[in-house]
Amino acid sequence: MNLGMILEMFPIALMFGAPIVMAALGGLFSERSGVTNIALEGIMMIGAFAGASVTVVLEPITAMAPWLGLLTGVAAGMLFSLLHAFTSIHLKADQIISGTALNILAGGLTIYLCQILFHQQRTRAFSYGLRKVTVPLLSKIPIVGPMLFYEMYPTFYVAIALVVVTWFVVFKTPFGLRLRSCGEHPQAAASMGINVYSMRYAGVIASGALAGLAGATMVLTQDIQYTVTSIHGTGFIALASLVFGKWNPWGVLGAGMFFGFSQTLSYYAKDIKILASLPLEVFYALPYVLTIAALVVFAGKSVGPKANGEIYDQGKR
Amino acid sequence: MANKKLGDTRKGDALLVPVVAVLLGFAVGSVVVMITGKSPLVMFNAMLQGLTGLNVARGSFNPRYIGELVIQALPIILTALCFGFAARTGLFNIGAEGQLMVGSLAATTVALLVRAPAFIHIPLVLGAGMVAGALWGAIPGYLKARFNVHEVVVTIMLNYVALHMNNLMILNVFGSVDRVKTAQFPQSALLKDPWLESITNGSRLNWGFVPVLIAIVVYWFVIEKTTFGYGLRAVGYNKDAAKYAGMKVNRNIVLSMMIAGAFAGLAGAVITTGTFSFGRALSAAEGYGFDGMAVALVGSNQAVGILLAGLLFGMLKAAGPLMQSNGIPKEIGGIIQASIVLFVAMKYGLERLISVLRLRRDKASALPVTGEEAGV
Repeated sequence: MNLGMILEMFPIALMFGAPIVMAALGGLFSERSGVTNIALEGIMMIGAFAGASVTVVLEPITAMAPWLGLLTGVAAGMLFSLLHAFTSIHLKADQIISGTALNILAGGLTIYLCQILFHQQRTRAFSYGLRKVTVPLLSKIPIVGPMLFYEMYPTFYVAIALVVVTWFVVFKTPFGLRLRSCGEHPQAAASMGINVYSMRYAGVIASGALAGLAGATMVLTQDIQYTVTSIHGTGFIALASLVFGKWNPWGVLGAGMFFGFSQTLSYYAKDIKILASLPLEVFYALPYVLTIAALVVFAGKSVGPKANGEIYDQGKR
Repeated sequence: MANKKLGDTRKGDALLVPVVAVLLGFAVGSVVVMITGKSPLVMFNAMLQGLTGLNVARGSFNPRYIGELVIQALPIILTALCFGFAARTGLFNIGAEGQLMVGSLAATTVALLVRAPAFIHIPLVLGAGMVAGALWGAIPGYLKARFNVHEVVVTIMLNYVALHMNNLMILNVFGSVDRVKTAQFPQSALLKDPWLESITNGSRLNWGFVPVLIAIVVYWFVIEKTTFGYGLRAVGYNKDAAKYAGMKVNRNIVLSMMIAGAFAGLAGAVITTGTFSFGRALSAAEGYGFDGMAVALVGSNQAVGILLAGLLFGMLKAAGPLMQSNGIPKEIGGIIQASIVLFVAMKYGLERLISVLRLRRDKASALPVTGEEAGV
């Protein structure tokens, strides 16, 4: 393993990491408002399907097609997450059951629509997804330049920007304070005149937007079309990053990038002496094992939102 | 009329919500089919054919569909028992998928490495699956009991660990030829039977239904009829009260997860040696865990409910190819299933809706006999 290889690995790791971070930030909004969202995976599938379909259809017309695809992914994710919001907030459904239903629904619905629209089990392949960019000037900096600014997918910068925005919104604005209070103690929040229902709706819909964006990003940077395995568990890795990052945007960024790297490592393992003897599957399983370890380490310390997953009942003290 | 108010529940309501949810799920499915320009009648015809083997449109009968229905229902009934058992103890076990995979891996190991006559080999294979599933289920159970780590995240993560562990073993240890499957199992390890296949016109029906029926009875007996099961349910209703009453809550949590895992592990063994006859490397989870969860929810975690719901969802799966051949994407089955789960999750909303409708109806019909009712 040498410097060259590390530099080479960086853009790939960041390509894998970006959608993980985006979706995990979505989970952060939802869970900070008190609604568990294990539907991140399903929302990502919807976003990926919408993003890929729009890109395929608009490709011949405009060069902006992938960007419109990303936007459609956001919109589709928001729309789909409304279902989770309505059942778990208004109808007081068990949030895990509702989230699971969304995950099953996403798999069925996207492939059903693929069959209707494209007459096959997947979307048609787009000729190119998002294009890589090189940042002028910054890419000339030694070491850091090739690592972060040379031939990168622009969605990486979007992900970084979203981390900053999320941190600011959740921890530095009145809205963020209200959102978090609904996730810690909704009854107390309500007694201060905060509308718990609308705050939780905001949290879930924000998670839909971000997870939808993550899905579209993933398909447009790592795939050539949407298939039922396009997302292959990334939504759950995002959930893991959220836990690993202690429900904090910076922690989420670190965890997401870490998981991105561990995924990249599996591609490079054969070139690295110590790792070459390990089967690939070990690397695939690594993020999940580490998450369980993190959960055990954090156990007993209250790091997550206190009322996360709790059905809001006005009468409760 | 004063005693009739919103939210009034009656006997039989426990059954009403799942039934209404199923009907609404099919309604959603029909609407989706119609919006996309196909005929729901074709869909229902395919489903009827999947359920009974009868093709109403053509007036023919093919028992193969019934066999396929059973094959589809077997694993999801077991994963439903897995989810349901843990749920009755207040645990949310999303790990059926992973517990199933380690079960099938253990079954593969025993099937390939042990040489024994069928009457020993088959119980060994099934037993190995159950033990492996139980041990895999013990991990989240222990972490929950010892460190109070939430079982949902742990079981989701363990599903993926199990997937990759399964692939690692199949590809690297058992030496797969085509990087998909292992060598064929010896005949003595298989649940397959040419006679069962022939009476169902060449379906994949096998003896797997016997352990599944036993599992359903065991589930019912342990939960409803034993002191142990009572203790488990007590933990599910109120952990603190159970602890106060002197029950070993932590021990019960681990045991419940182990028994739940054993059901899923058995499902893995039944699939591997019944539906298939070789171990398989998988590119992704096959969704038995989530299907089982849907079945358990619709069946209200009751043994009989799970059996019926399992057959219903088995039918949706079995009817898939029939619908596909009639121009309706088979994924409609998944859409209907997810809608049903969503409607079951909307229990609170459905109950309100039912009681509002009932109140309205009662008001309309009870007007002439108000005096009679007032005395109650």
